[in-house]
Amino acid sequence: MNGAARTRVSAALFRRPWLRAGLLLSGPTAWFVLIYLGALFLLFLSAFWSVDSFSGKIVHSWTLTNFETLFKVSAYRTIALRTIGIAAAVTVTDIVLAVPFAFFAARIASRRLQAALFVAVLIPLWSSYLVRVFAWRLILAKEGVLNWFLGQVGLGSVNIGYSNWAMWIVFSYIWLPFMILPVWAAIERVPESLIEASADLGARGWRSFRSVLLPLILPGILAGSIFTFSLTLGDFITPTLVGGAGSTFIGNVVYQEVGISNNVPFAAAFATVPLVIMGIYLLVARRLGAFEAL
Amino acid sequence: MRLAKIDWALAGVLGVMTIGVSACGSSSSSSSNLPTKIGNGEGQLNLVAWEGYAQPEWVKPFEKATGCQVHAKYAGSSDEMVTLMRQGGGSTYDMVSASGDASLRLISGGNVAAMNVNLVPEWKNFIPQLQSPGHNTVKGVHYGISLQWGPNTLLYNSKVVKPAPTSWEAIYSPKYKGAITVPANPIQIADAALYLSKTRPSLGITDPYELTEAQLGAAVSLLKQQRPLIKKYWTAAADEVELFKNGDAVIGAAWPLQANNLEADKVPVGELIPTQGATGWADTWMLAAHAKHPNCAYKWVNWVSTPKVQAEQAISFGETPANTKACAFMEQIKKGSCTKYHANAPSAYFQSIKFWKTPVKNCGNGKEDCTDYSVWQRKWTEITA
Repeated sequence: MNGAARTRVSAALFRRPWLRAGLLLSGPTAWFVLIYLGALFLLFLSAFWSVDSFSGKIVHSWTLTNFETLFKVSAYRTIALRTIGIAAAVTVTDIVLAVPFAFFAARIASRRLQAALFVAVLIPLWSSYLVRVFAWRLILAKEGVLNWFLGQVGLGSVNIGYSNWAMWIVFSYIWLPFMILPVWAAIERVPESLIEASADLGARGWRSFRSVLLPLILPGILAGSIFTFSLTLGDFITPTLVGGAGSTFIGNVVYQEVGISNNVPFAAAFATVPLVIMGIYLLVARRLGAFEAL
Repeated sequence: MRLAKIDWALAGVLGVMTIGVSACGSSSSSSSNLPTKIGNGEGQLNLVAWEGYAQPEWVKPFEKATGCQVHAKYAGSSDEMVTLMRQGGGSTYDMVSASGDASLRLISGGNVAAMNVNLVPEWKNFIPQLQSPGHNTVKGVHYGISLQWGPNTLLYNSKVVKPAPTSWEAIYSPKYKGAITVPANPIQIADAALYLSKTRPSLGITDPYELTEAQLGAAVSLLKQQRPLIKKYWTAAADEVELFKNGDAVIGAAWPLQANNLEADKVPVGELIPTQGATGWADTWMLAAHAKHPNCAYKWVNWVSTPKVQAEQAISFGETPANTKACAFMEQIKKGSCTKYHANAPSAYFQSIKFWKTPVKNCGNGKEDCTDYSVWQRKWTEITA
């Protein structure tokens, strides 16, 4: 390209900012549309196909059978409700654990302790997810670490290995950092003066927390809850490893339908359920301002 | 190692230069396009197998002798095996160790190719029931070479479960509530049906795989009562071993493999075939219709059919070899194992096991009123959800 042409091109780009932005973003946009949205679209499309039970091949004709089965068979309702219920329980648990921790870390801890706490929160993320879940399996087993400890201090033993309780504990542990970090950031952003003003006006600690701090950090909590809720909603490894009889998640059904029953269309149909739930959740979260805290 | 040499010699004699095996056998293969000799190995062999079916003990010598590198993918259920064999156009895997409840599905789906039993000399030494059994031979065409067979047993922790159980009732009664484990597999319905066929004769169950709507209903309601008693539905043999090791389960339905592994780890366990009898499996190595390494596949079935490897696998897994010549080798490896695993007196024992097969609508009573496997799968989801 000679000098004149280059000047002309750059002049054209200068006069048309949208073209400039378009060229800059075309790569990522193509990636997003083709790979990400394209995959979602295909998923949704295949939910309306079916499988020939004789040959195991996909039949490309439109049918609503998959969705009918989903709504008619109570087992799938049970599984969907269990998944949502545990995802909600995990989210609430993580909020309860994360808010005091983040408050301490952001407001009370010294600089050096702050750094140590930050590392402590992040360190578990350095090890494999699988390793951590397997560790919990050994902790919660009947003759595992937990019961050994309880026995040592004379508290008898609990039988919670391979149950929904075990899943709740493990999920709450695994996703806790994803709640702590946005809440921590949100608390840090609240000016100290607001809390002081609240105290000057006669509010005690709890009142200041409820009426001043909580509304200000709510977007942070919601942002964290998007992580904990959606990550639990889509998981199938933890239910397989630490769940018991009656711990099937939506993800497990999807996995079984694809890997064991070879019924991709039904799996796709069921996979749209968490998609819809997350869609609704995100809309509500946006209204409450969670996206500003991300 | 002597066997390895024989295998090389065999390959040499059978014509080294020709690749006699056509790679693209179709489902409707007639005997005319069967391979007539085993050519050179392709250097690789991809297997879908039951856990414990591709142990280094006999895979390593095979690789050394034939140059076929074995890649084994373990599957946890017959359903998974069928799916794996159908994925990717059916050419990802060369062979599958299909049980009777998968083999006919694979044959009718056109996923496996006919095989020439004359290329497997040891086949003649198999017990007669496994030379051309209905689950792998259709209209005289062989779709695979039988391997081993055995019962699904009742496994229990002998320190906790006292007195030793004698009946399958043990996994349906609340006595060991929360410490029972059974396979996560729809074919488990047959186990319940077998139990009901003895305990509630009025239902008229004669074959646990041929259930009318009402009979299936009875089995399903038994399994629904069992559900709150279950600690975990196990998906891999290793899962069950861990449950027993950590005391989370003390009794459950198992394969002999788990008992072997637990005994090796010094966990006090016992296993038995309860008074009602047992379901079981008769496995077949089947060749994928679009196998990429058919010569290695033929070498493999020859290898695992030899008395020595048959004996090794029988003892390792705790099952009965198809080859009647394996007994002597079993005695060499472990004294008394031939009798223990019924390799010497198989006929009556063979009859006592209700082998896995795929439930179909047409169950031979002329009324087409039996429940087929897709109904079983649906019911199983209902039970375990």
